[in-house]
Amino acid sequence: MKNATPKPQPVPQPESDRYWEGLKNEEIWLQRSKATSEFQFYPRNFSISDPETGEEGIEWVQASGKAELFTFAIVHAAPHMSFVGDVPYITALVQLEEDVIVPTNIVGITPEPESLQIGMALKPVFEHDSDGQTLLKFTPA
Amino acid sequence: MPNIQRLKNLSGQAHIVGVGESNKLGKVPEKSPLAHHSEAAINALDDAGFELSDVDALFTAGWSTLDVAEYLGIQPRYTDSTSVGGSSFVIHVAHALAAIAAGYCEVALITHGQSGRSDRAPIPRNPGTPMAQYEAPYGIIGPPVSYAMAARRYMHQYGEDRTRQAMAEIAVSTRKWANLNPMAYFYDKPTTFDDYHNSKWVAWPFHLLDCCLVTDAGAAIVITTPERAKNAKNGSVKILGAGEGHDHSGISQMPDLTSAFGRHTGPQALEMAGVSHSDIDLAMIYDSFTYTALVSLENLGFCGPGEGPDFVASQRTAPGGDFPMNTNGGGLSYTHPGMYGIFTVVEAARQLRGQAGERQLEDCNLAVAHGTGGLLSSTGTVVLGAN
Repeated sequence: MKNATPKPQPVPQPESDRYWEGLKNEEIWLQRSKATSEFQFYPRNFSISDPETGEEGIEWVQASGKAELFTFAIVHAAPHMSFVGDVPYITALVQLEEDVIVPTNIVGITPEPESLQIGMALKPVFEHDSDGQTLLKFTPA
Repeated sequence: MPNIQRLKNLSGQAHIVGVGESNKLGKVPEKSPLAHHSEAAINALDDAGFELSDVDALFTAGWSTLDVAEYLGIQPRYTDSTSVGGSSFVIHVAHALAAIAAGYCEVALITHGQSGRSDRAPIPRNPGTPMAQYEAPYGIIGPPVSYAMAARRYMHQYGEDRTRQAMAEIAVSTRKWANLNPMAYFYDKPTTFDDYHNSKWVAWPFHLLDCCLVTDAGAAIVITTPERAKNAKNGSVKILGAGEGHDHSGISQMPDLTSAFGRHTGPQALEMAGVSHSDIDLAMIYDSFTYTALVSLENLGFCGPGEGPDFVASQRTAPGGDFPMNTNGGGLSYTHPGMYGIFTVVEAARQLRGQAGERQLEDCNLAVAHGTGGLLSSTGTVVLGAN
């Protein structure tokens, strides 16, 4: 079913262009602090684990794509008109191997509590939409 | 870090002298949000025996104090539009205490008005926020989805069945209080555990009866100096302790889904007031969802992490129970226009002044009012004492 109302689209910001461009190429690029080696999500113009060095303290690193389910919900009442045709759908917070949490959807499984176990291994699914934007979703590995 | 010794000197330096709601709560399409502000303001001032012309400080959230002051026709000398979600108005109580003690003002008015159900012009969200960029495209929009993911994580850590039972206990006990409050949306509608378990899914693990109402409503609070409080028409309530803060905005950035900022604001407010958990006669805990109340009790320190389900077991928080919670019927069953926090303070003040009608607690000298805002993002806690 096609939704009449358009879904909210990400509006990339200067510090996140690289993240969203990466997804279009089916790559996950994350920021890492040069000083502490800690990854962060979402992208910022400095590292929150090493604030003093500013932009110079950050490097971009491609993530492995390995992930685990951290938590989820199964949405039955659409929170926005544009999702009326999608319910029930699974929202989730996913923990990447690089130890950052990413908000996403779990796709490719029946949206029932029994289909999902916290800690289950996941792999990325890159969903390209007609506007040229790509969303990062996950499915069981 | 907050300086507790200096805060202790602030304790009791301002009193709540008036509280009020707008004239009608629930489905009120014939009133604008600003009309809810003004009705509530006039009712709270009337409760205090004060005039609108006495007000020299204005606090509100959701709206700017510019718009609210203009609508009310007042010219405040102290202004505070701190807007961090539904906890804002509890935070305003603390800000009013500080402003009055410092000498910026003498009569503070806090107003709230929101037509969550009938608004003709809902406030649009800023598409430039990280939440809009990283969460909304995935349908992670609005409170139920975000709080449901937090609740699911809690279930994973502390047990699904006992968490479910605790959520049901809170839904049922809160409804029992609403059945004693004529202003409550569900005043005439009792509910049972079966009703809870049979209600439809909104965002699993949340049933409909885990979720707060969406109503049109307003409320207001009048706060003044201890000296001027002596002239209050219906008595006053001392502001004894307070804490505020936040640790994220969007749910995916929450440092620990089972620990909201009440872990700081609760202990701070109690310490500032010089009281302990066992002294508290009434807990007014923002219940946007059953889970919000459950986890807040733990965060505030009424029980330990994961102990909430045992703490609320066997209708302990219901009328007649030994831990009265949300005696107005809460956001779950009384009213919830979107940013409900002010109503926790309104009810606490009524109970502490013996104005709560059929639901009046026998012995109510100390109350905690605790607001949670955003997506478990911000909290504001106050300790209030009978005078």
